[in-house]
Amino acid sequence: MINDSVTLVVIFVLAAFVGYEVISKVPSILHTPLMSGSNAIHGVVLAGAMVIAGYAHGALQTALAAVAVFLATGNIVGGAVVTDRMLGMFKGRGRPGEGPKAGQGAKEPANK
Amino acid sequence: MSRYLAVTVSPHTFTWLYLLASVFFVLALKALSSPRHARYGMWIGIAGMVVAAAVTWVAQRASHDWVIAVAFAAGAIVAVPAARLIQMTAIPQMVAIFNGVGGGAAATVTTVEFLHDAARGIGPAEAVEVVFGAAIGCISFSGSMFAFAKLQGIMTGTPVTYRGQQVVNGVVMVVVLGAAVATIADPRDVLLLITSLAALAVGAGIVLPIGGADTPVLISLLNAFTGLAVAADGFALHNVILLVAGTLVGASGSLLTKLMSDAMGRSLPNILFAAVGSKLTPGVAATSADRTYRAGDATDVATLLAYSHRVMMVPGYGLAVAQGQQAIVELAKELKDRGVQVSYGIHPVAGRMPGHMNVLLAEANVPYEELEEMDQANAELPSTDVALVVGANDVVNPAAKNSPSSPIYGMPILNVDQARHVVFLKRSMRAGFSGVENDLFYDPKTVMLFGDAKDSLNKLAAAVKQL
Repeated sequence: MINDSVTLVVIFVLAAFVGYEVISKVPSILHTPLMSGSNAIHGVVLAGAMVIAGYAHGALQTALAAVAVFLATGNIVGGAVVTDRMLGMFKGRGRPGEGPKAGQGAKEPANK
Repeated sequence: MSRYLAVTVSPHTFTWLYLLASVFFVLALKALSSPRHARYGMWIGIAGMVVAAAVTWVAQRASHDWVIAVAFAAGAIVAVPAARLIQMTAIPQMVAIFNGVGGGAAATVTTVEFLHDAARGIGPAEAVEVVFGAAIGCISFSGSMFAFAKLQGIMTGTPVTYRGQQVVNGVVMVVVLGAAVATIADPRDVLLLITSLAALAVGAGIVLPIGGADTPVLISLLNAFTGLAVAADGFALHNVILLVAGTLVGASGSLLTKLMSDAMGRSLPNILFAAVGSKLTPGVAATSADRTYRAGDATDVATLLAYSHRVMMVPGYGLAVAQGQQAIVELAKELKDRGVQVSYGIHPVAGRMPGHMNVLLAEANVPYEELEEMDQANAELPSTDVALVVGANDVVNPAAKNSPSSPIYGMPILNVDQARHVVFLKRSMRAGFSGVENDLFYDPKTVMLFGDAKDSLNKLAAAVKQL
C-alpha cells in the first residue's frame, strides 16, 4: 500500500502516458475489441470492492459492498468473454511464414 | 487501512504482486496492436485480473468472505451466459451495459469508503477523491444504461430533444458541482447522496439528445469516464492496481473517443451537443428530384463484377442492419473462384461502432489480411475496377472533400469515386444518416441496385455463379 499522495499522483501521470502510447498503436481494425477489452480491464474495481467488503460495517455498508462486488464481477467476466469471442474470430489465412499482407497480390498494378 | 492488510500479506508482497498485475494489463493492451497476437493479450489481461483479485482477497481476509463469494458467483452467473449468447451485431449495447455496471461498482465502492471513514472524520483530500469517484461513476452508470436502452431498441434510437434541454442540463450540472463542493467542505452522507443523484441525472441528460451513429462515440467517452472513476477509487483507497488500471482505461478511452470523432469529421462537443439527425437539412435534398441516375438489375451488376480484375467491397452500417455479412462473403467467394481479386475497404466508423465491421466480417470468416483500413484502401481504389458499396453512404460521399458548405465536409472518406465503376446497393435513393445528398449516385459511372442489402447480395452471388 502506498500512503503517500504525491507518489500516487506520479503513478497516475505515468500511467496516463503509458495508456495513451499503447493505444495509439492499435489499428482501427481492432477498435471494437479494444473498447470491449479496456472495458473489461476497468472491472479491476473488483479489487476495491473486495477491500471495502472486508471492512464494511453494518448492514448498509455490507449490502452496498456486495452490490459493488456483483457489478464489478459482471464487468470483468462479461467484458472478457465478449472480447475473447471477438478476437477468436480474427483469423489470418493461416499459411505459415507469411506477413500480414504478403501473397495477396494486391500491390500489383491493375493490368487493364 | 493497512492494518487490515497486515493480517496475512506483508505490504511489500502486496505491492509487488500489484505491479505484476499492472504490467499484465499494459501487455494486454499492447497485444491489441496486431490481430495475430491480440487474443493472447486478452489471456494475459485475465491473468492480471486473477492476480489482482486473488491478492486482494487473501489480503483482506478480515470479514465477509461469504458475502464476497456469493456476490462474485452471482455476477459471473449473470454475465457469462449474456456474453456468450450475444450476437456480434449487438456488441455495442453489450459494451455499454458492461461499462455501466463498472461505473456503478466504482461509485458504490467510494460511497462505502465514505460511509466507513465518516466515523473517524474525512479530510478534504479524501473527500475530493470520494466525490469525484462517486460523481463520475454515477454519470457513467446512468449514461451507459440509457445508451444500452437506445442501442437495444428499448427506447427510441433517435435524439430525444425538448425545448430548453440545454438549460435543464446546465442547471443539473451546476447542481452536481455545487453538491460536490458542499460535500468536500462538509462531508455528510446526505450531501454525497445529492451529488450522486444529480450525477445520475447528468448521465441521462448527456445521452438523451444523442442518436444513431453518434451513440458509440459516447460509449467510448463513458468508458473513459468509468476508467477515471476507478482511478479515483484507487486514490481514495490508496490502491495502486485500481489507480493504474483505471488510468490506463481513462487515457485509452479518451484517445479512442478523439480518434472516432476525427473519423467522423466532427468535434467531440459537436457530437455531444448538436443532436445531429434530429432535424434533416431540407434545402439540400430538395435538388434531387429531377436528376437522373442509372438503376441496374442483378445480372448487369453481376456481369460487371465477374469480368473485373479487381473489386473492392465497401460495407457500411446498412450491411450490419441487414445481417448481410455472410452474403457479401459468399459473393466474394464466387468472384474469387473466377479469378477476380477481392478486398474489403473498411471505414473506421463502418458498422454500429468503430471497428465493428471488421468484427462482423471476421465472424463471417474473412481473413484479417483482406480487411483494409482507409489509407490502404484509398491507395488501391484508383486501380480498382469496381467499388461495390453496400449499405454505406456518408463514408463514401465526395461532398466531404469537395463541398465546404456540406455538414459532413472534412470527414475522411473512402474515395470510391476514383474507382472505374461504382455500384451502390441501397434500399432507395434516400439520403444517409446525416441527411446529405450524394452526388456520386448521379455520376455516369455509378450503377444503383435497389433492394435489401442481403437480398441483393444473394442475387448477385447466384447471378455470378450462372455466368
